[in-house]
Amino acid sequence: MAKLNPLDLYDIRSQLSEDELMVQDSIAAWVDERAVPLIAECFDKARFPTELIPEIAELGLLGSTLEGYGCAGLNYTSYGLICQELERCDSGLRSFVSVQSSLCMYPIYAFGSEEQKQRWLPEMAAGRAIGCFGLTEPQGGSDPANMKTHAKRDGDDWLLNGAKMWITNGSVADIAIVWAQTEDGIQGFLVEKDMAGFVTQDIHSKMSLRASTTSELYFDNVRLPDSSRLPGVKGLKGPLSCLTQARFGISWGPIGCAIDCLDSVLKYTEDRILFDRPLAANQAIQIRLADMARRITTAQLLALQLGRLKDAGKMQHTQVNLAKWNNVRMALDIARDARDMLGGFGITTEYTPIRHMLNLESVITYEGTETIHQLAVGRELTGISAF
Amino acid sequence: MKILVGIKRVVDFNVRVRVKPDGSGVDTDGAKMSINPFDEIALEEALRLREAGIASEVIVISIGDSSCQQQLRTGLAMGADRAIQVDTDIHLQPLAAARTMLAVIETEQPGLVILGKQAIDDDNNQTGQMLAALWNRPQATFASKVVVAGDTATVTREVDAGLETIEVDLPAVITTDLRLNTPRFVKLPDIMKAKRKPLEVIAFTELAVSNDNNIQIDHYAPPAVREKGIMVDSAAALVTELKSRGLL
Ligand SMILES: Cc1cc2nc3c(=O)[nH]c(=O)nc-3n(C[C@H](O)[C@H](O)[C@H](O)COP(=O)(O)OP(=O)(O)OC[C@H]3O[C@@H](n4cnc5c(N)ncnc54)[C@H](O)[C@@H]3O)c2cc1C
Repeated sequence: MAKLNPLDLYDIRSQLSEDELMVQDSIAAWVDERAVPLIAECFDKARFPTELIPEIAELGLLGSTLEGYGCAGLNYTSYGLICQELERCDSGLRSFVSVQSSLCMYPIYAFGSEEQKQRWLPEMAAGRAIGCFGLTEPQGGSDPANMKTHAKRDGDDWLLNGAKMWITNGSVADIAIVWAQTEDGIQGFLVEKDMAGFVTQDIHSKMSLRASTTSELYFDNVRLPDSSRLPGVKGLKGPLSCLTQARFGISWGPIGCAIDCLDSVLKYTEDRILFDRPLAANQAIQIRLADMARRITTAQLLALQLGRLKDAGKMQHTQVNLAKWNNVRMALDIARDARDMLGGFGITTEYTPIRHMLNLESVITYEGTETIHQLAVGRELTGISAF
Repeated sequence: MKILVGIKRVVDFNVRVRVKPDGSGVDTDGAKMSINPFDEIALEEALRLREAGIASEVIVISIGDSSCQQQLRTGLAMGADRAIQVDTDIHLQPLAAARTMLAVIETEQPGLVILGKQAIDDDNNQTGQMLAALWNRPQATFASKVVVAGDTATVTREVDAGLETIEVDLPAVITTDLRLNTPRFVKLPDIMKAKRKPLEVIAFTELAVSNDNNIQIDHYAPPAVREKGIMVDSAAALVTELKSRGLL
């Protein structure tokens, strides 16, 4: 029998279609050659590798599941694999693609007018227009129904007032998808960069997701024509449906972090000689390595079945809640443990686990905190909302 | 002008291969498989010639069982126009592979055939040369630069002494070296487009090519483990060490 692949113990790749394998392999090759060499420096300097945007777009990574408008029309399992490969490099890189694809292009595609789609989707797919998604507010992200940002009718126009916080790509975006209270419930608006009354400010001193821009958005009587409102949806289900798309990708992404961490510690513990034997020869180390492999495997199987359900049009949001919770927690625990096994080397950016570990602190918070996902699963099981 | 490009399915260069315990071969079970890297370079060169308006069609060919269709599809996603799989379970050796390609060449009549200089599985480095001889056409091996003008190709070759530039009449066989180009990444929309491109399957038996696999392999063994190096603290000590081993 052949030696098992420690990073794919159950040969889950054998369950992928020829197209899905090709997607994974081609993105993996790009990530290794183009993104991995840059990322430690980007994290260190707290900058997103903007120089990669043209390539990311050319590869077809932006809005890859959408049909038409210059998009590839891939299935969701492929999108999951893309997220996994990008996040194997860095959560910030995957966040960029998630936000553009799932949080910005998706709502325009699903809820936008044909005019909005024609205007924005091809530009966004080509990476010439960058989007951001403004839902969270300073008062509290876990309870979006309680948002304060509001839009009021003023003749044929709308006047937008309020603030958003923790917005990925906020200051670099050409177009912000902003969710606001209206007389008719929560609605989405397309706010363009240079509109009067719209300003952004970056959040500095982040210890996490440093290779990604995070900003605050302020709206002071921003005048919007009705044509910038997303006509297709009203109520919280608008933004929540976007989050379900993005959370689907986040259920896959951290598997990449965990695989990268396990890969690092397998090499390190094999080469490191302490007490006259490789570190890997200790029971205490092997148990930790085995546990990593166990948790990665369960996460891979969970993600794959989630993908199959979504591609069959049968996925329910509770299934995403559980997968996002499990898989991010799995990766965060593995990253922390891998960091420890690397000893002193583990605290430098020369090794990847500490970067993944710090990034995953954001990933476990954004797109619904771990607690919020647990409560969503609890509500499904009991029928009682305990938020 | 049509360009025919050979594509071989091989164990990915990143995979650490293992010899089967009984020495009967290399364990490829479950290993990640890829296009032979030199063949990827060959395809890239052909695509560039098509993009420059010199070639009109790029055809990728692979000899093997249906699993090699995966590499052909990747070739189509990179940009080849169509693909041919010569279907056989037999692991053909270079001479039989060259004969098989010749049979396809006779129907396709390409103006240029580009192959990798070798495949990273067996490292034979023979098929291109044998094909040129059987076809009775010129060969330009180990190419690091290719310029096609009219009926000739000017090819810079990487040879032991450095670089050598030769001119060959077309049709000809070119085999690629590592520095010829950097292959492009596959783009996601092209993966979807590749599904609609033609992939023709020809049974090996239909080509009436003799399968004279004339090399018999008795045993596979992993390379001997390299001995650990030693540190010497001066040039004199180095010379003494080398002398004691009869290396100086
Ligand atoms: C790097 C980064 C990027 C982000 N990008 C975006 C973006 O692009 N767009 C966007 O809209 N938002 C974005 N966010 C915001 C993110 O979604 C929120 O931070 C998240 O939803 C949590 O909201 P909060 O920070 O206000 O925390 P809070 O909601 O204040 O939560 C604080 C703590 O209370 C817990 N908690 C909350 N409610 C309950 C309860 N009922 N019972 C028990 N515990 C509870 C939470 O689990 C958490 O531990 C981003 C955040 C980060 C860190």
